[in-house]
Amino acid sequence: MCLAIPAQLVELLPGEQAIVNLGGIRKTISIALIETVEVGDYVIVHVGHAIGKIDPEEAARTLAMFGELAEADNDRVSPSTKAAA
Amino acid sequence: MKYIDEFRDGDIARKISARLAEEVQPERQYSFMEFCGGHTHAISRYGIAGMLPPNVRMVHGPGCPVCVLPIGRIDLAIKLALEFGVIVCTYGDTMRVPASNSLSLVKAKARGGDIRMVYSAADALEVARQNPEREVVFFAIGFETTTPPTALAIRDAQRAQLKNFSVLCCHVLTPSAITHILESPEVRQYGTVPIDGFVGPAHVSIVIGSQPYEHFSDEYRKPVVIAGFEPLDVMQAVLMLVRQVNEGRAEVENEFSRVVSRGGNLQAQALVSEIFELRTTFEWRGLGEVPYSALKIRPSYAQFDAECRFDLSYQPVADNKACECGAILRGVKKPTDCKIFGTVCTPENPVGSCMVSSEGACAAHYSYGRFRDIPVVVESI
Amino acid sequence: MSPVKKAYIRPLDIRHGCIDMGHGAGGRSAAQLIEELFLAAFDNEFLRQGNDGAVFAPPPLPAGARLVMATDGHVVSPLFFPGGDVGCLSVHGTVNDVAMSGAKPLYLTASFILEEGYPLADLKRIVDSMALAAREAGVPVITGDTKVVERGKGDGVFISTTGLGVVAPGVDIAGSNARPGDVVLLSGTIGEHGVAVLSQRESLEFETTIQSDTCALHTLVAAMLLAAPGDVRVLRDPTRGGLATTLNEVARQSRAGMMLEESAIPVLPEVDAACELLGLDPLYIANEGKLIAICAPEAADAVLAAMRAHPQGRAAARIGVVTEDAHHFVQMNTRFGGRRVVDWLSGEQLPRIC
Repeated sequence: MCLAIPAQLVELLPGEQAIVNLGGIRKTISIALIETVEVGDYVIVHVGHAIGKIDPEEAARTLAMFGELAEADNDRVSPSTKAAA
Repeated sequence: MKYIDEFRDGDIARKISARLAEEVQPERQYSFMEFCGGHTHAISRYGIAGMLPPNVRMVHGPGCPVCVLPIGRIDLAIKLALEFGVIVCTYGDTMRVPASNSLSLVKAKARGGDIRMVYSAADALEVARQNPEREVVFFAIGFETTTPPTALAIRDAQRAQLKNFSVLCCHVLTPSAITHILESPEVRQYGTVPIDGFVGPAHVSIVIGSQPYEHFSDEYRKPVVIAGFEPLDVMQAVLMLVRQVNEGRAEVENEFSRVVSRGGNLQAQALVSEIFELRTTFEWRGLGEVPYSALKIRPSYAQFDAECRFDLSYQPVADNKACECGAILRGVKKPTDCKIFGTVCTPENPVGSCMVSSEGACAAHYSYGRFRDIPVVVESI
Repeated sequence: MSPVKKAYIRPLDIRHGCIDMGHGAGGRSAAQLIEELFLAAFDNEFLRQGNDGAVFAPPPLPAGARLVMATDGHVVSPLFFPGGDVGCLSVHGTVNDVAMSGAKPLYLTASFILEEGYPLADLKRIVDSMALAAREAGVPVITGDTKVVERGKGDGVFISTTGLGVVAPGVDIAGSNARPGDVVLLSGTIGEHGVAVLSQRESLEFETTIQSDTCALHTLVAAMLLAAPGDVRVLRDPTRGGLATTLNEVARQSRAGMMLEESAIPVLPEVDAACELLGLDPLYIANEGKLIAICAPEAADAVLAAMRAHPQGRAAARIGVVTEDAHHFVQMNTRFGGRRVVDWLSGEQLPRIC
């Protein structure tokens, strides 16, 4: 459930609002539900509200995990990320 | 689109698929429940089922807020519109869910109910501002992801001292539903629903974090992999679950670490607990009464609670006898096990809620996967 | 010095005036509305006849030629959207319906249902846009009608148009003509019209540069038929319900299946993004300036080349094939590598949260 998409924050507006850009679409959303954000951050937007912020390093790590899998076709590695405590 | 397209890469998908085929132990069956409708939708829309080894079965879970909404709750919203003359604002998803007396919100609208589709709880608040002479009720559905925006609307309504806005709160909680499934006799005693692990919620977990699932791995010895809703996320999660099963582990792993932390979104959690409190029990379609599985508005915000404001009392309504939505939501049956699937019950005339939302197991199978039931020889261009 | 005052009539106050019930009552003010607003815009010899109907000589019809009539009601909210309005839409929609039979459109008729209180300035914008569209398409509006409904009983302006066209001998286009092995062609990117309209809907508003693709497709059709006479079997414009629904209609009519390639279907990145945002699927979004063609496999390259040589078909693509399938499924190989059904649209495409 819960349709939500990553979009880049491009402008902060008064009243805990902001404009996000998603592939050329600009939409005003609320950022009242998340802590500090800056222009340039990618946020996850659900029903017109940012509910979380994307950690670019973690995203890169997940993609690298797919990538490793692509390279390590023969030697078995298990790069499972344990939920960070 | 950054953070979307990379996670839909077909070349990587084929590699994960090959890796899965290599790592599954051919003699055993793997059965994983994807709790969320978002995962169900991704599996169907991208054709993932056909890319998994034949001995990996995905069981669709109850994580579709539309599907688990009991008839009696829709009846309340319809009553507000038709009997109380209230403006009912709602997400598009609920519009076609069947209610009592062959009604639905769409049909109630055709009968003169002032029912308006909104994109956000904040839009419902705006409708209230623009119609000060009318009562406006926001019919709020959804899991933990959707609850904070509703909480925000109630907070803002109070700050603005709006007198004509209230919320019919139907927000439900994920962990209690998973507990309920794990405690069910089908899973615990009979083993009719073998569940070797869960693909854990994506966006729900952004809000609540990964910590609430630790209980399942500790207490029930079931692995949980929290995964995003993009198709590569789902395939990777299945691979991680297969590895846990093979290695005899039962841990909470987080494939969706790019947004989900252990603690979740504390700011949203604080707002939700300021406005809402636990209901002692709530009826879920398919699961029945589930203790402490939903939220209600705290007494200090009672003026914004439509149930108090209009003195509504909930009347449970039995599902259509032939409809198997209940068993399907618990993972006991597949859509094709239902006699009325695709005959009486279709997306045009849904009998049960699983046929309404595109995330529902029945609608997803009907709309995307029913060719699998009938082998057809096709040539590709 | 003239004994009679110059006009004895006060012209319509287009800038500030509104439609009132009198404009539909058939009296002087109705006549004035027609004269100063409609006739001024659409002006042609048939309308100038001033009769209830247009009298015209049929075009010379070679043996085997047939006539086509198509009619269409146009209701759109909002009435003005990026890239167009209900006026030009009502011309393009009907011209395209006629053209999808493989016909050359000749004439249009138009019927307006106006709501009391609707501003004349907006009506003039719509009518002017409609007249321009008709002129550009070379298909005049030769007769029409205007009615007024009370305030609250209409949504501003409803327009019904009917088109008349002629199909050349040897051209046989119908939804039931697709055969297994035939090739499915699409004239360009999908979803722009629906997304442009949605972007203006109250409470959904988002900023976008996406414009409706609304346009008249008859010259594209003519170019395609010229390239492969007799080998184009089906033509359809995927309007409401989008590409998915149109292909399902054809599959059912032809008692066949289809297999599409998702990666071959052109979609603008912005349309994709808007669909992500609203939880919609571009395959189900309305188009007003695109067509699908199903043609014999040996003619596919020629038809595709003719499409790509036409300004309205630059992004044309081969998107799939017709298959033998007793269940008439439209299936698709996903870009991701899986396979799925592409079903009919059920109900209305509603923005969703889950």
